[in-house]
Amino acid sequence: MASLPSPIVESPVETTGNDSRFRLILRRFLRRRLAIAGLSVVLLLFAFAYIGPHFYKWRYDQIDFEAFLQHPSATHWFGTTQNGFDMLALTMRGMQKSLIIGLIGAVLSTGIAAVAGATAGYFAGWADRAIVALIDLILVLPGFLIIAILSPAFHGRTWLIFVVLLAAFQWMITARVIRSMTLSMKEREFVYAARFMGVPDWKIIFRHILPNMSSFLIIDATINVSSLILAEVGLSFFGFGVQPPDISLGTLIGDHWESAQTANGYQFYFPAILLVVLVLSVNLVGDGLRDALDPNAGTAAGKGAGSK
Amino acid sequence: MVYLAFLVLIATSATYFLAAAALNPRSNFAGRNPPPPPAVIDAQLTSLNLNDKTPILVRFGRWADGVLHGNLGLTIDHDSVNAEMGRRVGVSLRLLLIGSLLGSLCGIAAGAWSAVKQYQLSDHAMTLLSFAILSVPTVVLAVFLANAGASFNDAIGHRLVYNTGEYTPGLEAWSGADVVNRLQHLVLPSLVLILQGLAFYSRYQRNSMLDVLGSDFVRTAQAKGLRRSQALIRHALRTALIPMGTFFAYEFALIFIGSIFVEKIFSWHGMGEWFVQSIQKNDVNATAAIGMFVAVLVLFAGFLSDVVTVTLDPRIRRA
Amino acid sequence: MTQSRPLLEVKSLSVTFPSEAGPVEAVRGLSYHVMPGEVMGIAGESGSGKSVSSLAVMGLLPRRARIAGSVRFEGEELLGRGDKDLSAIRGGKIAMIFQDPLSALTPVYTVGDQIAEAVQVHQTVSKQAAMDRAVELLNLAGIPNPRERARAFPHEFSGGMRQRAMIAMAIANNPKLIIADEPTTALDVTIQAQILDLLLKAKEATGAAIVMITHDLGVMAGFADRLTIMYAGKPLEAGAVDDLYYRPRMPYTIGLLGSIPRIDAAPGTPLTPIEGSPPSLTNLPPGCPFTPRCPMRVDLCRKVEPDLVRMNGSGEEHFAACHRSAEIEQKNLTGLDIFPAPADRTRDFSRVSDVPVLRITGLKKHYPMVRGAILHRRIGTIQAVDGIDLEIREGETLGLVGESGCGKTTTIMEILSLARPSSGAIEVLDRKTAGMTAQDRFQIRREISVVFQDPMASIDPRMPISDILAEPMLTHGVPADERARRIGELLKMVGLRPEHTSRYPQEFSGGQRQRICIARALALKPKLLVLDEPVSALDVSIRAGVLNLLEELKAELGLSYLFVAHDLSVVRHISDRVAVMYLGRIVETGEVNCVFNHPAHPYTQALLSAAPLPDPRKERARRRIILKGDLPSPANPPSGCRFRTRCQKFADELNDQQRQKCIDVDPVLCEHGNAGSDHRAACHYAEGGKLN
Ligand code: SF4
Ligand code: SF4
Repeated sequence: MASLPSPIVESPVETTGNDSRFRLILRRFLRRRLAIAGLSVVLLLFAFAYIGPHFYKWRYDQIDFEAFLQHPSATHWFGTTQNGFDMLALTMRGMQKSLIIGLIGAVLSTGIAAVAGATAGYFAGWADRAIVALIDLILVLPGFLIIAILSPAFHGRTWLIFVVLLAAFQWMITARVIRSMTLSMKEREFVYAARFMGVPDWKIIFRHILPNMSSFLIIDATINVSSLILAEVGLSFFGFGVQPPDISLGTLIGDHWESAQTANGYQFYFPAILLVVLVLSVNLVGDGLRDALDPNAGTAAGKGAGSK
Repeated sequence: MVYLAFLVLIATSATYFLAAAALNPRSNFAGRNPPPPPAVIDAQLTSLNLNDKTPILVRFGRWADGVLHGNLGLTIDHDSVNAEMGRRVGVSLRLLLIGSLLGSLCGIAAGAWSAVKQYQLSDHAMTLLSFAILSVPTVVLAVFLANAGASFNDAIGHRLVYNTGEYTPGLEAWSGADVVNRLQHLVLPSLVLILQGLAFYSRYQRNSMLDVLGSDFVRTAQAKGLRRSQALIRHALRTALIPMGTFFAYEFALIFIGSIFVEKIFSWHGMGEWFVQSIQKNDVNATAAIGMFVAVLVLFAGFLSDVVTVTLDPRIRRA
Repeated sequence: MTQSRPLLEVKSLSVTFPSEAGPVEAVRGLSYHVMPGEVMGIAGESGSGKSVSSLAVMGLLPRRARIAGSVRFEGEELLGRGDKDLSAIRGGKIAMIFQDPLSALTPVYTVGDQIAEAVQVHQTVSKQAAMDRAVELLNLAGIPNPRERARAFPHEFSGGMRQRAMIAMAIANNPKLIIADEPTTALDVTIQAQILDLLLKAKEATGAAIVMITHDLGVMAGFADRLTIMYAGKPLEAGAVDDLYYRPRMPYTIGLLGSIPRIDAAPGTPLTPIEGSPPSLTNLPPGCPFTPRCPMRVDLCRKVEPDLVRMNGSGEEHFAACHRSAEIEQKNLTGLDIFPAPADRTRDFSRVSDVPVLRITGLKKHYPMVRGAILHRRIGTIQAVDGIDLEIREGETLGLVGESGCGKTTTIMEILSLARPSSGAIEVLDRKTAGMTAQDRFQIRREISVVFQDPMASIDPRMPISDILAEPMLTHGVPADERARRIGELLKMVGLRPEHTSRYPQEFSGGQRQRICIARALALKPKLLVLDEPVSALDVSIRAGVLNLLEELKAELGLSYLFVAHDLSVVRHISDRVAVMYLGRIVETGEVNCVFNHPAHPYTQALLSAAPLPDPRKERARRRIILKGDLPSPANPPSGCRFRTRCQKFADELNDQQRQKCIDVDPVLCEHGNAGSDHRAACHYAEGGKLN
């Protein structure tokens, strides 16, 4: 078949390429001063947690036998505990764990949510009903309770189990949103077009459906980082989360909260305030991303940092 | 309704199985000095229906039989779970109800106001405030408020709010002084939950309201001659309330978890405190009972939110 | 109409919105006036500023909009007045009707309450009195059982009923002026006829003047007295409708009129497409905004923006904004003189062979109507498609027409899914889908492809054009080098530049995207293309180009089309044969000229009479058949003839005995007219009607 002579040759109306979509997003993000501030703080705290220890003379597991319960000073910037551990070193160590838990957990949880939600929405039928029932069930039993009950069982094992558990109880609401987004996207014409040209279902999910939710997924993962950091703190506070000898911001707060009302309040306030700064910054980044990626998003993407 | 009851059933059983599998009551005896003979330990555990040498299904069967007859079993200290629960439920419910009701009302009002004033100073302030609150873990918020309460008392030179316990013992029950005293104890713990509810709901209400503000029917309302403010209140706010019903159910589960921290920090003897203690003491029966309590609570909230949604939304009502 | 003082006078109105890409100049220097009792039309494509300008008049634009100029109502300036002053006028002396009546009514209040509210805002009456008035208004607006229906919520109303309720609300306070913003765009053609009729009645009842805003020049022709054509925020031509339709004096108007397929034109009448698409409203270059698309442009056009000037040759008040309108007037140029003549379109019926590519017999599709989220209870059956036969032969275009809810979408979804139908048979290239294995089905997908209505939604926005076009070939194992070659070929075929393969869909206009969709559909060299409303989401000026392209492709490639549409004029333009659907059945089918010139079924007659013509004199002279009521529920179709609840013949012409047959006996499609022709209709009393 010979190609036809073309009657009309049109050129694209706008010149906004895909990389300019990226630039537009960047521009929108940069315009949010708070988001920028949040991002800078997150990066600073990363450096603080991972690079800081190399430049500080105390290590987190080192006891200064000359300084028990010492207030912040030139030698111990954040003071020491009653056992002579350096608070700043402990805080950096704890921040490392909190950050890594937040990151791994968030990726896991958003991943589970994406797969479960898209599967339920796309295939309907029994797969849908099973996943929806599972979601309902887990929502009835808050993850906090389950992880707390299970905590004796992972005593003395790797903290990664804890992260997996955290993620396993974080994905449900996102999955619901993704399910309903899939339900409507499934009726979109480009998905029909792919189906009618014979593209297999799983390919449609991974090539067409999930990529078109990428904005939502990115935002959700960001918000999940802060939710998971908060969840970690809550569980570790009671000894249900990160177990000694590992240290996280949660264990530090759990160990020292009672000092808050005493003269030794620094033991509580240093880790607590850094924690709040971290979570707030992550939330600001998430919000900035939402504005930049999804300026018209309404409540669907409005999943806040709700878990404690 | 059948589905809901079914979920409670599954959830409670699941809690029992998880607790029975993960908690190890036998270890409670390990640290004793002198160590009791194994036969005594077994007898003790068996009498509590906690012996791990009995197959788990048999234990579950016994427990379930008890539950169906209204008996939730014995605590690890050989007390009745029912009695302990009776003492604690009221304490927790008071916190939960006040926290969720006031929290949602304030949050909805703040969110709607924020949306109307979008991008003005008050909106930014409100948004930042709710972001800040959502970024503070409940423990930290509770400790902050407990300290702030103490400083406040110092500042006014008078003990107006209390930050430990539920009431001061020794006052005649339900006398005027007792009620006031209880309120003085209630302020700070409730405030923690209210602030969190405020932050939570205001975000959603603001979003929901913004979705509605640009919609055609608000324009129609103005086109028929309503002032902008009238159109916003009568048409936009009313419609934007609908999605809030759904969030009520989610938030209720969260608020119970919040109350665990609040009870700990403010030394209230409620369900939350009991939960932590039960796990630390390997108390399977108590843990399962709390699991049931939470499941019922969440489902009740879910039911309520359905009722609210149906009341607010005629499209669902008649569908 | 000889009163001296205009009711509404808009002068040099301009509206600008700030945006990320710079200020959007939505309206630039619009002036018009409306005399008491007249109908003033504003026409334009999407983005022309027609709706924005009317919202500006009402003071309903968002606060960030910058508005300049002057809007005088009864001599008083409206711009710059506070919300309090304006709300006293809005809904009182000036009322407004919006396009989408579902979103325009508050979902949580009853229709009656919302109308009563409009009454109470402007009149001090009791709640009860306001409600009574609301019921009376609903009755006036032709809503049956108004007292009962007033207690219904908007979602319980059909689209047409909601628009009636909107009109009832608009006339609640006897306004002097009604602004109707695309009041019928979201509605089906028979419902559109009802609503237009009602609007005229409302106008008579209140004596109000109407500002009618629409993109549809057909609707405008019969409705408006005077007309302003807007483009890119500017009025380009204004005057009495007759002047504009019969003596257009500027290239855009001329092109627009030439690009509309007409229901009274024989198939094959050429359409003059306007190339390109409307400009972006940010950073508009100087000069005439139509320059890039105008075949008559001269150097001056690029530099100086023409003003509206009075045309001397035609009526009193005929203005056009074009540097060359004097010349157009003098030489009396028409579309065929100005726009390049489309390729030769003589029809070659000899290409239609006897080989059927698609044959459908007795196809039924029933959906269960279920209630309950967990325990599904079946509470009824929706008979979406109820026994239809269709056949498309090689090289033929079959037009499938019907209003929403008639089952045409279900039909094509059934065809495209290639599944075993619950009843009846689908044969593609002589092979029944029922007996196919998964592998067969996959193979046959090469032969049949689809183009959907909304070009924005039918391509994945995250893929570059090359990936979009490659996807079908990739799926069907076409080797890589062949794919690359074919992509270039396809783009050229549909009139796009092959260099654009790495661009993303967002970079193309609606018309261009539809071309991409067509290219994708052709990638595997199919035999049959299913075209689901392929031009109805496009702007008028762009439609003609896509229609012409489809015709050329068909002629060159020997394709067969199943062309599904609600727009009769488009169907008439492109089809060889046509099938008219109503409530899950085909009520009339046949060769396109037979059906359109001699419609036999009362429904077809009504459809044809309701389709608007872009021809004011014909429109005014026409007698419309206005169907009663709405489409019955497909879950519970009427006994006997499914059309009888709305049939004008049943209502007006038949005697009781004849009627009984309509009630008892379900008419089947049977031959009509000359023996041997395949013109068939499903009516006991079918006849040769005339297109009026
Ligand atoms: S002014 Fe020039 S470009 Fe514009 S319509 Fe007239 S001839 Fe065409
Ligand atoms: S069969 Fe009767 S009711 Fe049906 S279309 Fe014909 S005349 Fe009308």
